[in-house]
Parts: sequence; C-alpha cells; structure tokens
Amino acid sequence: MANKDRTETVDLHGVELKITRKGEGPPLLLLHGGGGPMEALPFADALAERFEIVAPVHPGFAGTPIPKHYDGMPDLVFTYLDLLDALGLRDALAVGVSLGGWLAAELAVLPGAPFSKLVLVDAVGVKHGGPTDRDIADIFGMPGPALARLMWHDLAKAPDPTAQDEKALETMAGNRIALALYGWEPYLHNPKLPHRLHRITAPTLVLWGESDRVVTPDYGRKYAALIPGAKFVAIPEAGHSPQAEQPEAFVKAVLDFAA
Amino acid sequence: MRTFWFTEDCYPDLPNADSYESIRVDLPSSHFDPVRGHELYNWYLDLWGHADEMGLDIMNNEHHQTATCMVPAAPLMLAILARETKKARLLILGNPIGNRRQPIRVAEEMAMIDVISKGRLECGFVRGVPYEAAPANMIPYRGTERVWEAHDLIMKCWTTHDGPFNFEGRWFHGRQVNVWPRPYQQPHPPVWVTMGSRGSGHMVAKHRHVGAVFLAGYSRIRELFDGYREAYLEMHGEHAPFDRLGYLALIYVGDTEATAREGAQKLLWYMTANKVPPHWASPPGYFPPSIAARVLSGRRIGSGIPLEVTLDDQRERGNVFFGTPDQVYEQIREFWEYSGGFGNMLMMGQAGFLGEKDTLRSMKLYAEEVLPRLKALEASTTPAEAWEKSKAIPQREFATQDSVSADFVR
Repeated sequence: MANKDRTETVDLHGVELKITRKGEGPPLLLLHGGGGPMEALPFADALAERFEIVAPVHPGFAGTPIPKHYDGMPDLVFTYLDLLDALGLRDALAVGVSLGGWLAAELAVLPGAPFSKLVLVDAVGVKHGGPTDRDIADIFGMPGPALARLMWHDLAKAPDPTAQDEKALETMAGNRIALALYGWEPYLHNPKLPHRLHRITAPTLVLWGESDRVVTPDYGRKYAALIPGAKFVAIPEAGHSPQAEQPEAFVKAVLDFAA
Repeated sequence: MRTFWFTEDCYPDLPNADSYESIRVDLPSSHFDPVRGHELYNWYLDLWGHADEMGLDIMNNEHHQTATCMVPAAPLMLAILARETKKARLLILGNPIGNRRQPIRVAEEMAMIDVISKGRLECGFVRGVPYEAAPANMIPYRGTERVWEAHDLIMKCWTTHDGPFNFEGRWFHGRQVNVWPRPYQQPHPPVWVTMGSRGSGHMVAKHRHVGAVFLAGYSRIRELFDGYREAYLEMHGEHAPFDRLGYLALIYVGDTEATAREGAQKLLWYMTANKVPPHWASPPGYFPPSIAARVLSGRRIGSGIPLEVTLDDQRERGNVFFGTPDQVYEQIREFWEYSGGFGNMLMMGQAGFLGEKDTLRSMKLYAEEVLPRLKALEASTTPAEAWEKSKAIPQREFATQDSVSADFVR
C-alpha cells in the first residue's frame, strides 16, 4: 500500500522527533508550518504516489514536548541536521511550508546542503522592509477570525475552531506555543538569512498563494530574488496554505518542478 | 497586620467600551489627554501621601499600554513617594522582571529607592499579567523561569559588596556586575512575589519571601496559602509567620451601608473595565495548552467582555469587602479565618471614578476603625493555630467559575 502511513519516533541525542512516512519513490522531506503536521491532507496523498514522503513533526507541535534547551530556530536546524544524518537522507526534494520553508532555507545555506531541490511555500524567514514595515502579519496580535481572513482566499475552506473538540483545540494551543518559540523575536525571521541565501545551490521553486496576506506574493518574489536561479510561481485563488486550498495546482507545480 | 493602600492609577475618561476592542495593548493614546493625565498623576500621589499620614502603608504597581493603569514605570512613582512620605512602607508589587531585559537596572532602581526612603522599600517581583507580553515583546513561554533567574541576579546584586561578580544565566548576562548603591536595608529589602498556583508558592517559601495573592477569593485562597505554608514548614521546620502572606481585595468602608455600597460600586470599575480580547488574554505560553485552548475558543469567561461582575457576588466570593467599619471588619475576619491567616492586607481603595472625598473617607474609616481590630485579630492567635482552625471550615464552592480570579490570580 503506497499510501499507508508509517510512523516512528527517532531519538536524536535526546531530542525525540516523530516522523511519518507515506508513499514510495524518491524521498520528499515535507516540513510543516505553524499549523502543524499536514501529511494527512489530500495534496500529500497525491505526492505520495510519486515520492516517499518523510514528514517529521517539529518538536512542540502536535502535542510533542519542547526540549528543555530549545530557544528557537537554530535549535530546530541542528535537530534536522541530526535527523538527516540519522536517516542518511542526502538527496531529498525538500518542501517547506511557511515556518517549514524558513527551516528549509536555513538548512539549504549550510555546507554540504542536503537537498536535491528546494520548494519554499509561502515561506517566512526573511525581512525585506524597514523597522516600521510589518513584513509578516502579527499572527499573535489578532483574533482567530481576523487571522483566517488573512490566511485564506476562500474563508469557507478555513477550519472552524468552534467545530473542534477539546483535544484538537489543546493541540492547536500547543502548536501556537511552539510557533512562538521558533519565531517570537526577531519575528519569524533571521536577519542574517538574506546574507546567506546566495549559498543555495539546489534548484529552488518559490511557490506562493496569490491571495496570501500573512506574507504577500510581493514578499515571496523578493525572497526568490535572493536565491540564485530561484523561480517564483503564484497559485491563483489560494492564500497562505496553497497546498490545502488548491491541492491540484499545488501538486502540479511541485511535480513540474521536480521532473 | 499591615495594610498597604493601593490604587492602580487608572485613566477612566474613556468613551463607551463598545467603541473599542480592548482597553489593553492597542487602545490608541489619542484617548489620553495629557492635561487630565497631569491632574490624575498628582492626585494619585496625593492620595498616597494621605495614606502615609493616616498610618497606612503604600502599594503601587505598573502596567503598559493600558488605560487601566497610567503608570508604565512604577519605580518613578515610588521614587517620588520615597521623598514625599515619611513613615509608610513602600511596596512595589511589582517589578515585572520576567518581561524586563535588564534585571540589573531593577536592582539599581530598587536600591536607590531604599536608600532615599531610609529603608522603607518592600520590593515585589511579578511575572506580569498576560496582556503585558505584547507591550514587552517577550514570549510568555518559560516566563516563570525567567522571573526566578532575574530574581537570583537581583538578589546577588544587592548582597555582593566585594566588587564585581559574574553572571551568565540562560537569559541574563553580566560579567562585571557591581551595583551601586547597596540597599539601605541589610542584607536586602523584604521581597514579595505573587502566587498563582499551589506550586508557585514553593519557590517563594523557599526564600522566605512574602507570598502575595490577588483576588483569589474563597474558592482558591487556601490552595495558594496552604501551598506556601506547607512548603515553608517543610523547608524551614517552622510555621510561616503571618507577615509572610498577603491578600489583595477591593475594599470600601462607608459611614452607612448605603454610602459604602455606592463607593464599592465605583471601585468595581477595576473589574468591569477590563475588556480584553482572547489573543491578548492568552499569549503563547502564558497558560498551558489546556487552559489556552479554552481562552482562544472563547469558552472561558474572563476575556473579550466587559466582565459581568456584580458587587454582591464579588463580596460573597471574597474579592470585595465593603460596608460600615463593623461590616468590613466582619467580612475580612471571616475571610482571614477561612484562609488560615495573613499579615498583609493589600487594599485596593480607589479605582475608576471614585472621587477624592469618598476615597479619603473610606481610607480614614479603615485606618481608624478597621485596621486596629485586624491587628488585634492577628495578635489573638498564632500561625499554627489559625491554620489548624481554618482546616475545620468547609471549603466554599461556587456554581460558576469566577472570571475575575481566572484573570487576575497569578
């Protein structure tokens, strides 16, 4: 069964990382965003027909613990370096969404960059503007419905928090803490990253929801311009999560790029 | 028994609450008229001056980006009071050291105030309410750990007198720390820390600091005080003295029950004005996920309101004491015995539109007719006896969760 999920927990020098695999084929490292794991969504099923998806859970998300020594993104980067070593993963196609896109970019600038190709989806991680420019919407500074309006092209596709059970809400609240840990200050970016992105050698696709207002397509175009040879593609009628809102267009863009 | 008289120095002249989303964090300062602000600052300072003259002690605090409290820098107000008052103990409750980037600066400011006031400082440290996270741009996650690291650094600043020391903690760093002046009180000013859970009393008791509780009411006071007392007894082999515990309530004393009710109703502004939406009330990591989930889904009362509170309900819950001097004494005595006893009453005696004449009348009645009796009450028993006696009083339960204590106990 190509799509049967296989979940394991890997111990990386004291940091426990939960990993789900699905599908068969060349490896696709799927790095989730602030909303938490997303390998159960239809887009992942479609990609699993061509790839073996390797989908780790960043510590703190989906009810997993935050290691005591963790303070932010650099800790996550080093855990992923340990993970790639442990799995012997060297030529994966990396697909990073939002926070996961930032993580993918941080990994891709390091010596011996481990990815064959890189897809950054509505990624955060850099700041283009000046001190008073709000490059990335302050998702911690607005009520849920206001955030949903920035995130979704079609609000009808947004998950309804009032329909969630207690357990799901608790998981969401935990995800919010983890996202804050990785990106509270500087807010969801690393000021050094723009000075390092020139090191990326893997072919890169910057994929963006055309209606994203958490980080706008303009932010994405500027991001792409910092990465040598990167291609920018906008997906119409999609917000911050094109993989969820326009799965077919999203999968097609990834497959075209991977081919 | 000491009573620390407290006003939060609000800016009450606001439009109808329906016209804004939040009184905290994002309320535009166009609502603040500096001419009116000038009057208010000076009036509040005068009130504390009167407290000093009446034999009451003084408490102040700070909040940021809010009309509920005009003081974003409590040490500045306290510095003025250090000079203007003569006898009162000066309690700052407190310095939000989990949100402060420079605890060494806090140690310096507090030492100065202690020296200027000739050793009258009572120095409180708090984590700060959740709405303080955004103004401070500090992630609330691990806030309590940050508070205690800042605490350790400040204590070392005050008690080191042989030149620089090194401090390289998780959050705070200094390689040549050598604070001038040293505090007037030796080895350091009394320290207060607020408690919001049974477990939080442990560290406070360990240091023999004063554990303060705000508006926990009958439903939670014993959990908090007992947590402290048990830890204190276990670690020090003796009962915690009464003066190690403090309780904050809204208190209004009137000549008649009717005038007292009128005054207390005005005091209730402090609770009813606290309109705060969920995203400010539950920043990431302030609460564990189980509680945060309830706030964010709007299922927990106590956020995104004005709070629906009534005077009689709040009196029943032990958050407000009001009436004639006899009635107020009886209400506090009942709560005091139920709680197992405490040596510090923190009296929120002014809020909202409660004016000068009414505020001063309540202060005077309290100082002259209530406080002496509370002192006698405290002197009539021992901490061990009072604690034991409290255990025989049945726990008071309330049908609904108290939104006020949910928001303010910490």
